[in-house]
Amino acid sequence: MDLYQEIILEHSKRPLHAGLREPFNAQVHHVNPTCGDEVTLRVQVSGEGPSAAIADVSYDATGCSISTAATSVLADEVIGHNVKEALTSFAAMRKMLTSKGADPGDEDEIGDGVAFAGVSKYPARVKCALLGWMAFTDALTQAGVDISAIAASSSAPSAPTNDIASNDIASNAMEDS
Amino acid sequence: MSDVALDSAFTAQESAAIRGDFAILSRTVRGGKPLVYLDSGATSQKPRQMLDAERVFYEQHNAAVHRGAHQLAEEATDAYESARETVARFIGAAPQEVVFTKNATEALNLVAYTFSNAAAAGAMDGVDPALAARFALGVGDEIVVTEMEHHSNLVPWQELARRTGATLRWIGLTDEGRLDLADLDTVITDRTKVVAFVHVSNVLGTINPVATIVDRAREVGALTVLDACQSVPHLAVDVVDLGVDFVAFSGHKMFGPLGIGVLWGRYDLLKAMPPFLTGGSMIEEVRMEATTYADPPQRFEAGVPMAAQAVGLAAACDYLTALGMARVSAHEHVLTEALLAGLAQRPWVRVIGPLDGKDRSGVVAFVVDGIHPHDVGQILDDAGVAVRVGHHCAAPLHRRMSVTATTRASFAAYNTVAEVDALLTALDRVPVVFGTVV
Repeated sequence: MDLYQEIILEHSKRPLHAGLREPFNAQVHHVNPTCGDEVTLRVQVSGEGPSAAIADVSYDATGCSISTAATSVLADEVIGHNVKEALTSFAAMRKMLTSKGADPGDEDEIGDGVAFAGVSKYPARVKCALLGWMAFTDALTQAGVDISAIAASSSAPSAPTNDIASNDIASNAMEDS
Repeated sequence: MSDVALDSAFTAQESAAIRGDFAILSRTVRGGKPLVYLDSGATSQKPRQMLDAERVFYEQHNAAVHRGAHQLAEEATDAYESARETVARFIGAAPQEVVFTKNATEALNLVAYTFSNAAAAGAMDGVDPALAARFALGVGDEIVVTEMEHHSNLVPWQELARRTGATLRWIGLTDEGRLDLADLDTVITDRTKVVAFVHVSNVLGTINPVATIVDRAREVGALTVLDACQSVPHLAVDVVDLGVDFVAFSGHKMFGPLGIGVLWGRYDLLKAMPPFLTGGSMIEEVRMEATTYADPPQRFEAGVPMAAQAVGLAAACDYLTALGMARVSAHEHVLTEALLAGLAQRPWVRVIGPLDGKDRSGVVAFVVDGIHPHDVGQILDDAGVAVRVGHHCAAPLHRRMSVTATTRASFAAYNTVAEVDALLTALDRVPVVFGTVV
């Protein structure tokens, strides 16, 4: 199976930028109600508007290899970049993950994130790969960053069954069954 | 199926015949791999006999039940009420004590809401005060559940406590995954009005000692509610023998259709209870000012009922009866023992729940060292083995057992020892893929 790429296993065993650090502007806690995975994530943003810099993303996560690795890749991709670049990565990641295998991903936009292209063939696992990203964008909002442009632009054209990004995880309220 | 002991596992020939009744079991998944379906605890597959019964109902008798005087209406009503008789017989009950609900969750909510609805002015008018008092719940009263409940037998009681001011208490678990009954008498007390507990855990597989809990509940005059979702499909269950007051179970876990569940209740209790959902079918006389209600079970079946599903569920009961519930239990027990033995040989696997087959059903949850259950399930799925991963709607149980999630295999009558082997073989790939065992 092409789901467990070596790079995913590597990130899941040795997640980058793990641990909670100070300083931070916002901290959020997100769960995946289906499996009980959790992530507590902090962001530190300096500056204003789209060019504000993401100085740090730190996190404490419990989860499967996909969610752990995805959060590791996320932190590595966005730390040191500006908000606009980070949101572009998020949009590209979400587009790929909700493509049901059609979008192989662009390494220029999401770096190691392309290793998660196989996840899009397993709808039940898309949530795992997006858990950290949903926490990250929520934390940006809590930190006062406007992410509305990106949130609105990328969810609309994707397949209807996969529009989980803005609902399931962020609400923290859904039950397993 | 003659010449075989009534409590022996199915022979290879019998197994093949049973599997032949379930068309889905012959399909392949994930690129041509034979399906190994070990997720019957979530929902069972459906035999042709059940599907045929539903189809015949729709093709030959379909009409709105309990309405109209035309021939089809008569036939549909007869089919629906006959189904109630079959289901009742299957659990040793009287037909008028069997209420059809949407699912087991609705059945449990029906009972939970009875307590708060009974508090409304006039709700218990005409009911013997001693009986009415059993449903009176308020500050100072207590509701008892267990720490191994499925959310559907926990959250409704939490909500009932919130609505009424009563206190929710629970029976804890031992590390082995059985109820810790050491302090039963201090958890169930004179303040306890209702004890709601599961017959067979949907995670641990533990078969709970119903009589012990019922005896204590009776001592203090508390009503008892049994979640039998994981027992009725797998063990011979006689609701009268169990001694509880209410039993809830779902149709879809016992070879029946989705969309139907059952609440069984003692008739004197059902008769005293105010309605839950209201509307058509459940009324006696309706005036603009007020309405009187039909007797049970109709009182609790508002709206046009799910007749086709009831017919399907009755066919599922007939199917299980023909197999023989003692043989179903014996067969699943063999599979459970085989799986427990196989897992015991793998030191990197830890079973969450009793390690032996005693008082244990065919639900086996486990964790693999260092590997998340979602990843375990994914590797198994890649081999065509369908199991459930997650907390199985029992998050507090998992917290108690110090795990966030588990991988769960669950059996039904159609499973085989070869499928247990397929699971174990696929499981051996897990530490290899993730590099945790060299």
